[in-house]
Amino acid sequence: MTHIAKPQRQIDLRRRSFVIGASAAGLAFGYAAVHGVTGLSDALAANSFGPTAWYSIAPDGKITVMVGKAEMGQHVSSAMAQIVAEELEADWRLMQISLPANDPKYNDPVLGALLTGGSWSVRMNFDAMNRAGAAGRTTLIEAGAAMMGVPAGECRASNSQVIHSKTGRKVSYGKIVADGKASKVWTPDELKALKLKTPDQYTLIGHSVPQLDVPSKTNGTAKYGIDAMVPGMLYGKPVVPPVRYGATVKSVDESDAKKVKGFVKAVTLDDKTATTTGWVVAVATTYEGAKKAAEALKINYDPGPTAKVSDQTLIDEAKKLQASDASGQLFVNAGDPAAAIGGAAKVLEAEYLTSINIHAPLEPMNALAYEQGGVWHVHTGNQFATRTGALAAGALGIDPKTLVLHQYFIGGGFGRRLDADMVVPAVLAAKAVGKPVKVIYAREDDMAMDFTRPLTYQKVKAGLSADGKLVGLQHDVVCAWPSERWGPEFLAESADKKAKLDAFTVNGADFWYSVPNHRVRAVLNELAQKATPSGHLRSVAPGWTFWAVESMLDELAHAAGKDPVDFRLAMLDGAGDNAGGAKKLANALRTAVGRSGYGAVSLPKNSGIGVACVSSQERATATWTACTAQVEVDPLSGEFKVNKLTLAMDLGTVVNPDGVRSQIEGSMLWGMSLALFEKAPLENGALQVSNFDSYTPMRMSQMPDLDISIISSNDPASGCGEPGVTVIAPAIANAVFNAVGARVRSLPITAEAVKAAMKA
Amino acid sequence: MLTLTINGQAKQVDAADDTPLLWVIREHLQMTGTKFGCGAGLCGACTVHLDGTAVRSCQTSAKEAVGKKVVTIEGLGGGKPHPLQVAWVAEQVPQCGYCQSGQIMQAASLLAKNPDPTKQEIVAHMDGNLCRCMTYGRIQKAIIRAAADIRARSGS
Repeated sequence: MTHIAKPQRQIDLRRRSFVIGASAAGLAFGYAAVHGVTGLSDALAANSFGPTAWYSIAPDGKITVMVGKAEMGQHVSSAMAQIVAEELEADWRLMQISLPANDPKYNDPVLGALLTGGSWSVRMNFDAMNRAGAAGRTTLIEAGAAMMGVPAGECRASNSQVIHSKTGRKVSYGKIVADGKASKVWTPDELKALKLKTPDQYTLIGHSVPQLDVPSKTNGTAKYGIDAMVPGMLYGKPVVPPVRYGATVKSVDESDAKKVKGFVKAVTLDDKTATTTGWVVAVATTYEGAKKAAEALKINYDPGPTAKVSDQTLIDEAKKLQASDASGQLFVNAGDPAAAIGGAAKVLEAEYLTSINIHAPLEPMNALAYEQGGVWHVHTGNQFATRTGALAAGALGIDPKTLVLHQYFIGGGFGRRLDADMVVPAVLAAKAVGKPVKVIYAREDDMAMDFTRPLTYQKVKAGLSADGKLVGLQHDVVCAWPSERWGPEFLAESADKKAKLDAFTVNGADFWYSVPNHRVRAVLNELAQKATPSGHLRSVAPGWTFWAVESMLDELAHAAGKDPVDFRLAMLDGAGDNAGGAKKLANALRTAVGRSGYGAVSLPKNSGIGVACVSSQERATATWTACTAQVEVDPLSGEFKVNKLTLAMDLGTVVNPDGVRSQIEGSMLWGMSLALFEKAPLENGALQVSNFDSYTPMRMSQMPDLDISIISSNDPASGCGEPGVTVIAPAIANAVFNAVGARVRSLPITAEAVKAAMKA
Repeated sequence: MLTLTINGQAKQVDAADDTPLLWVIREHLQMTGTKFGCGAGLCGACTVHLDGTAVRSCQTSAKEAVGKKVVTIEGLGGGKPHPLQVAWVAEQVPQCGYCQSGQIMQAASLLAKNPDPTKQEIVAHMDGNLCRCMTYGRIQKAIIRAAADIRARSGS
């Protein structure tokens, strides 16, 4: 397999010093912001903000971990705290988390930015946070030993205490901090030499300690962006245009709005970042006033160039692009698939579609903005503070260094808050009225202006040899490219080094099956890019690439007269580049299949079990996931019910088993919801969704039985928040086929499509 | 001026009669535990109790609440955690957490009338409350746990 390189954006932590020193909060522990410093004074001089303060211990013993990751319910903050606390020998009951503002010192040490996505967090930060804990413990032991007047070598740490082993004398971390003498700069070499625990010695990692963010989320005290308040604040309600993108405001008639009590102003956004087009914000002294004023505004629009675009226009365009050899860039280029398919005994060709989907987090987009003493403040929960701050500054035309972004809990991220549109109406309205403004999208605004999962059109062509082996596979993926719009620095080089491509539209297509001749092409649908600016939605590309791959593999197995499980296992042989991963995926597949009773239980008529297995998210960060779906189909109507999903996931080191299980539960139901219940149609340039009656995520009554097996190992910790999403749709479609012989190739799967496929 | 009784306290609010109770609670009174999700009675994030009945505060006018007892998530336990809040922590229910105030308020109105609900009764009562993180399985478990706790305390 020829594989593409990842964008280079790594900072080498192995060259950073680790600094421990007194701070306002007590004792601060963090990596130096620049490499090469050798002493505490050097470290402090090198960066006036001090070190990358990752945690601090107060004189009362409370340990605060600064989480530069967005807490959106994936409990990343607790996982990060667990990794630190394990080596620090901290008392878990004394741990707390803090969500810092967008100071660069809290940047992800590996990504070099404040960004949360890609199921990267735990995997990328594990070693650095683990060593940060070990260095802290060692220094605390030295200081504690000195306080007790005993040799450090005779002391150990446990439960936030330094203990003199011989006498049993103890001194708490809080007392050591209050004593004020602990300080040290750890050189990179000293850090590297620290002996870390082996997994069998863990007392926190691998254990289901209670999540630190949970209690506040049961009593109303957790603060989300929408809860931000400042005195004298006004409210803004956006009025969004009748097309998703490209409209301009021709005129605004405020005459009726002026009759609304508390109305201040209608602000037409001059958005220099081009994030929004044709938006107006109604500003009033109350939110109910802003909403009434928004309804009373009479606005004339030029709907712009994409006002006639619909789903069908995008599909037609995608088919045209796919048909041309000149389109797109190669993501995988191995062997000669055209020749292999040309010489194959049997050739299969199929088109797979996925609809536009929206994030619809339950907390609508919102932001509070104001200027104070020459500094702009923006309060909003977001997944990518570095970019969000820059965008707000860009809209204002100011230096990003003069803008502070205040982080909050996120009332649902799912990739929606990687985008930062909400800051634009807030800062521009605040600037226009000269007062703090909190902008809150109505649900209808939030849905209509989502940065969507793009509509995808995929064509797969594959050849089987006479003995039923897959000899060649061509896979074209045509869609809008979220990264091109959202973060061009995330574009990657194509396999033949000719151009850039958006790997976040094709990840997953570079699967771990051994197929000698394999080509994957990423094709940008420019029309879709213009009409519906796309974003990253939980699970990203593997949410559609595996839909095509795992459906086609099932079709191939049936065409070859083989069992779909055996067919997959034979190709998961771990040969060549697939060494290391493929066998783990095979193991996950056998586990899920075994637990489901596949082939062993007798099913009622018109029922079936389908399988799928995936290596989401990226090939370099794969989590090994397999799932079976058991469905029951009414052959007359095509209506079907998913009775049970049985999933097995191998994710290496499991930091918090219950937290992992919780993420898997949610991601499986997300996968089923996208597969069955969620669709945002595009007509006349507008998303035809307004509220939870037209866009309908799964409800409690629609939940199937879940059976989850977590396979853990001492491999590096891998992400668990997204892979579960990607495996469900193909497992369900394959189950429907096994139940009634209906092959559905379009998401979401509808009863009509099942019925039509049964007749075909 | 409207006078509302919220969590046992009288509150004066300068809001029009037709202002949704949600905005009165959240923005006028700055009690932000009650959440805005849809503004159309479709998600349940804004659920509060009006004289003990679970209502969608986005669909209830401030005027309708005058003279009635309004209880929000902040006042549910009356000073100590309600058994549902204890169960929510024990089952580690919340993910993003945004819907959970509404879920707990909705569930509390069920357990107040029926301390031993079947799974079907729980689903029927809770189906209007959307959880975008889809923590439904844990919500069910937490309700069953809290119900058992309430029965044990009352000795039934």
